Amino acid sequence: MLALLAKRLTNCLILLLASTFLCYLISSAALDPRSYFEDRTPRPPAAVVDARLAEIGLDGGTPVTDRFGHWAWRALHGDLGRTLDGTSVDAEFGRRAGVTARLLIVGTVVGTVLGVLAGVWAAVRRGRLPDRALTLFSFAVLSVPPFVLGLLLQAGALTLNDAAGRTVIRYTGERTPALQGGAAAQLRDAAVHLALPTISVALGAIAAYSRYQRGATLDVLASDHLRTARAKGLTPGRALLRHGLRTSLIPLTAFFSFGFLTLFTGAVFTEKIYGWHGMGSWFIESVQRGDVNAAMAVEVFSGALVLLAGLVADLLHSALDPRVRYA
Amino acid sequence: MRSARGAAVRRRLVRSPGAVAGGALLLGLFLFAFAGPHLSGWGYADIDYSALHRPPDARHWLGTNRIGQDVYAQCARGLQKSLLIGALAAGFSTGLAAVVGVCAGYFGGWADRALMLLVDLMLVVPAFLVLVVVAPRLRALGWLAYAGLIAAFGWMVTARAVRAMTRSLKERQFVLVARHMGVGPAMVIRRHILPHMASFLVTDATVAVAGAVISETGLSYFGFGVQPPDVSLGTLIADAADVPTTYPWMFSFPAGLLVLLVLAFHLIGDALRAALDPEADAVVVGGETGSRV
Repeated sequence: MLALLAKRLTNCLILLLASTFLCYLISSAALDPRSYFEDRTPRPPAAVVDARLAEIGLDGGTPVTDRFGHWAWRALHGDLGRTLDGTSVDAEFGRRAGVTARLLIVGTVVGTVLGVLAGVWAAVRRGRLPDRALTLFSFAVLSVPPFVLGLLLQAGALTLNDAAGRTVIRYTGERTPALQGGAAAQLRDAAVHLALPTISVALGAIAAYSRYQRGATLDVLASDHLRTARAKGLTPGRALLRHGLRTSLIPLTAFFSFGFLTLFTGAVFTEKIYGWHGMGSWFIESVQRGDVNAAMAVEVFSGALVLLAGLVADLLHSALDPRVRYA
Repeated sequence: MRSARGAAVRRRLVRSPGAVAGGALLLGLFLFAFAGPHLSGWGYADIDYSALHRPPDARHWLGTNRIGQDVYAQCARGLQKSLLIGALAAGFSTGLAAVVGVCAGYFGGWADRALMLLVDLMLVVPAFLVLVVVAPRLRALGWLAYAGLIAAFGWMVTARAVRAMTRSLKERQFVLVARHMGVGPAMVIRRHILPHMASFLVTDATVAVAGAVISETGLSYFGFGVQPPDVSLGTLIADAADVPTTYPWMFSFPAGLLVLLVLAFHLIGDALRAALDPEADAVVVGGETGSRV
């Protein structure tokens, strides 16, 4: 088991390194940090721009493999370089990673748990009203792109607030600026701000996971071992809970790591729409400025998250399926 | 045999409410996108300086935007662009997935290892982020380049499924017989392997259109995709993003069309899947069929 995990981990790290190199190649070829300096008025002399770019390791004169080597060596030592304005990428990373992590973790947990529950429920009530309603719901949600969903929820909150005459749901920023009050008030405020973005991120996951779980549960319901469990006298609910649920969760672990990348993509839109200063909005701003180092930080972040999700999926898989553990 | 199965599939499709609704929806959207612009006198780039932020009326059927452009004409043009880019991207990506998957599965050995390594690598690369980085560089190449770009980052999961199918088909007797008779690999693949996965590929491409449309409009929403003066549903929604309740016609028409477009492809894809494989009841939306590996 440990050997398997170690093997997966090395595999993952090699993939992460290769993907980082690919991202670096693409980003430094596509982004143009030079124009960020040259578009200023008065236009700085070329030598000054060259010197500034060399200072932050984006000098076009050095070969891209050398630049990557230099960047990667420093990154391995925990230094992701400087942004175009010369501030530390690490500091900004620290500020923003937590914001995105909060959104993603809450979104994943809410999305997975509710999705699984809804899927099981639909499978048990197959062909009846709850099943049909859930199918309709998933089709509707999966047909609404993440940015439209975010905008719709925001418009809904705005209308609700107008109708109520006061702010019922807060939909901009992570917290109310200059809020007075103790830890409880602060926590409540953060939770109120978290509500809409979390729904935006989690709804798609709920819809997708409920579909998979429904299919997997239906497979299990038709299996021999569940018939045996019923035959020895277990009620349908108990049989499903004791003997079916665990088996039906196994295929879901395979979707978990792919699903996570979709969730992160959704979070990019969500952060932009709700004015959260997380990794996603940082990425969009960095690309607009041509900031290679900052964009790379987000690309590494998302690559690492996906691999982490893959590892979590592996762990879940081995926890659910003893055959993996003793293989 | 084949024609009998074809007839059965057609019969199931005609009876399926999802297929009928999706087909009708798609036909309507298609007509609006390609015939709609000729019904109104306004072009998508025309500016009516006497009508800024006008709600829908007889002159401008769906109202006007902040600089006096006709929302009806813009929606039709945007739908056209999103539909074309989405359909082309889906075609490219399913085609690429078929080539990679069949090669990896049929030839095995180092070709298989190399191609699957590429698939694993591409799955780790954050596709949407790379799209955002690269898309502005492709402005000069026009909208066709976006279709290629979206396809380049969307083929991996399908390729895995195609590989698994190819590996099992390769062991079937009719393939073994053909190989032992000396039929070359290209012919075996064309005659015996591809026809057996045609229905899977068609279904996959249909659902992939939905995903590609979402990617394209997402890129355009951030301003990295289709560039002005041309429009896509994504740029139209971005234009209205900060005023969805003040000028609802600017937001709801493009957003509604986008949702209907994606929905139509999901409905058709799902109905196709059910019609081709009536035993499998599992309804899976979103194109992740291939991740069942």
